[in-house]
Amino acid sequence: MIKKHTLENGLTVLTHEIHHAPVVSHWTWYRVGSRNELPGKTGISHWVEHLQFKGTEKYPLNVLDAEISKAGGMWNAMTYLDWTTYYETLPADKIDIAIDLEADRMINSVFDPKEIELERTVVISEREGNENEPLFRLSEAMRSAAFSHHPYSHEVIGEMADLQTISRDDLYAHYKNYYTPSNTVIAVAGDFNTDQLLTRIQEAYAHIPGNVVQSQPIEPELRIEHSKQIEVEGPGDTVFMEISYRAPAAADNDFIPLMVLDSLLTGPSSLSMVGGGSVSNKTSRLYQRLVETDLVMSISGGLQTTIDPYLYSILVIASPDQDTNLILSAIEKEIYEVCQNAISDEDISRAKKQARALFAYGSESITNQAFWMGYSAMFSEPNWFENYLKNISRVTRDQIHAVAQKYLDPGHRVIGTYQPTGASNHA
Amino acid sequence: MPNNPSNSSQIPNSETISQFQLENGIHVLSYENNNADTVYVIGILTNGGDQDPPEKTGLAHFTANLLSRGTRNISFNAFHSQIEAAGANLAFSSSSRSTWFRGKALAEDTRLIFKLAADGLRNPAFQDVYIERLRRQLLAGLALRDQDTGEIASLLFDKHLFQDHPYALPVDGYMRTINNIDRSDILHFHGSFYSPRDLIIVVSGAINGESVNQLAQEYFSDWDQKEQVTPSIHPIPPAPTTTVRDHTFLEGKSQSDLILGSFGPSRTSEDYMPAVIGNNILGQFGLMGRIGRSVRTESGLAYFASSSVSSWDDAGTWDVSAGVNPINMGKAINLIREEIKKFTIENVTSEELCNTKSHLIGRMPMALETNAGIANAILTMHRFDLGLDYYLEYEDRINAVTPESIRLTAQKYLHPDQLVITSAGPDEES
Repeated sequence: MIKKHTLENGLTVLTHEIHHAPVVSHWTWYRVGSRNELPGKTGISHWVEHLQFKGTEKYPLNVLDAEISKAGGMWNAMTYLDWTTYYETLPADKIDIAIDLEADRMINSVFDPKEIELERTVVISEREGNENEPLFRLSEAMRSAAFSHHPYSHEVIGEMADLQTISRDDLYAHYKNYYTPSNTVIAVAGDFNTDQLLTRIQEAYAHIPGNVVQSQPIEPELRIEHSKQIEVEGPGDTVFMEISYRAPAAADNDFIPLMVLDSLLTGPSSLSMVGGGSVSNKTSRLYQRLVETDLVMSISGGLQTTIDPYLYSILVIASPDQDTNLILSAIEKEIYEVCQNAISDEDISRAKKQARALFAYGSESITNQAFWMGYSAMFSEPNWFENYLKNISRVTRDQIHAVAQKYLDPGHRVIGTYQPTGASNHA
Repeated sequence: MPNNPSNSSQIPNSETISQFQLENGIHVLSYENNNADTVYVIGILTNGGDQDPPEKTGLAHFTANLLSRGTRNISFNAFHSQIEAAGANLAFSSSSRSTWFRGKALAEDTRLIFKLAADGLRNPAFQDVYIERLRRQLLAGLALRDQDTGEIASLLFDKHLFQDHPYALPVDGYMRTINNIDRSDILHFHGSFYSPRDLIIVVSGAINGESVNQLAQEYFSDWDQKEQVTPSIHPIPPAPTTTVRDHTFLEGKSQSDLILGSFGPSRTSEDYMPAVIGNNILGQFGLMGRIGRSVRTESGLAYFASSSVSSWDDAGTWDVSAGVNPINMGKAINLIREEIKKFTIENVTSEELCNTKSHLIGRMPMALETNAGIANAILTMHRFDLGLDYYLEYEDRINAVTPESIRLTAQKYLHPDQLVITSAGPDEES
């Protein structure tokens, strides 16, 4: 059972005691991601995340990265569209290290100019690694086409020109603005006593003032104004095609019915970003229509849980000799049938059973359980996760039809194709 | 603060793991874990890509991938309809030395996993339509692989290190060899190497040992042993005596993947534990150990730079990998060689060793947290004959490793001037 606590400085703490293994997972979630970035400063949230591993006075570089590891823990961080998170999963008797370290680097990171320049090349290297991938190139072009003004239009890693020019002052100001208790959710699951844990968190954070975050208002983008087609060229022998429609925000009542629809069309997705299990999609409608007829090699789809409306995307991988118009036509035909024709009870009950199974797989891991609590709080309420199965079980045929007609509108989408220019010669 | 401090009763061991052997030789091991209402099932046969004829490299992989594409009893669609309707997953695959199935399901659907895994292994239909469809999918996968800088660097590394040994060849084959394979090859491979004699099944989850044994009996006991082709055994070639350097140019890439390394200990070697602990210091601990500190943290040359030890029953590899901008390639190679040199000459410090031991001991409960983690640990103990109390004794085994044993092990396998160094991506001058 998830318990929610709020400190006087605005820090939210979510706890869930689980005692089957002597393990605790501690996640610190900041409400800052690429959605909070202005033109010219793209990638700054992710870069700040890197700098949070560069040390404080108390935990200098090389001491900081050893503390969790020598405790037997694993730790890392992620930056995404709406949030940045830092996590530690470690033996239960070592939880104090995570609490102390995260409280310290919330306000005391050094941002040494020399380290910032070294990390500039590391972040650029990360982007260059991404650029090696056709899907990254296509994704970057798709986001740019699907949003006209919303910051979701750029990739989390940021644009190369910005990575070359963002300054230490920019980074430090971003950190000081967004890394504050009132903008933070700590989620802890595992083998601990809640009262004792809260006392420790109170001790670590009570002295940190809860500043008000200064941010520009962000106007959500509703439907894509008109249908667009984009094409990206690059090396290789494989065609990638993505069709993206505007999707509702995660807290919207349409989100769960659209998830069930996606499950019918392209197969179920777990939504978790820390593993837990998957279910194949070979009986999904689009797999049957496209892969089983040899039109494409594979098909997948999915939604993102975001604060503002984002995208529902269908992705296919195809041979270069296949006509992409035929592929698109087949997808449209299947979507049209879902919109118009009956969806069977069997279809719906299968989607619900798949959701239940994926949920159970995720609950094996304490890391996953802590992830879900904080993750839910980033786009909705912490109990979004607890209510997930209940809400899935309530989805009706009419709701699925309604979201299919509302969101999968061929007049309001982006179709993107990665066209291969051929393989380079190699051994 | 923890209510239940770590204790050995949570580590699967000879008293808590149920063991059973069917008359046809199949070993069944299971561990009841009621922390979640799920099960994880692994099956492993001890022949894989190493038995492929060279001109048909990828045959074992091709065969394994067909097992879920319809059987003599059930169509492709019915097979997957049952699995997916249960929210389960069942996949077959091959590695260099093994053929696998891995299934995950709600505990109430354990029977389904056994039923379809047995049917797939024993009665595959190998229908032409699915052979040709899979061939196209495999070829598409190879087209993607051939544009992946990490994959190409890895293929080059295996090619130069293992030379004429089958491990030099990719399990998923080449486009040419996949096109060489026909239905008769697949039938022959299946007939030759799929047998209950070597099958090991491991289950972890919300099901008791007796129920697992009954399911194994029901679905596998009438699988008769047949006369098997004797698997080919290939000697591992000698380690390189000079530096071997190879780079593959891939057009349109921004970054190169780099691999440096040589052989490592086998899983059953006494060198295994010193190598694993030493490797953690060399390229894992914290933000990727000494290698990460030198190449990433202090020089800013790469987003990732780490080392790894991979070990199986007759061989292993020990290598360092990094993603590097081409203009930094030479500098990165030199830094990594310097770290390897230092690692083979000087003892690791007592602080480094203490920290790494603490890390490896402390993380064990996390490795054994999920049913997949437990099942894989049990399989490792059984497959490599380590004893089912191996993880109970894990802490003692780790604590027995000394700075000297790490240095001597490193000297045995790594030499800074006798490495295979491969990369793929843009040319260095670009």
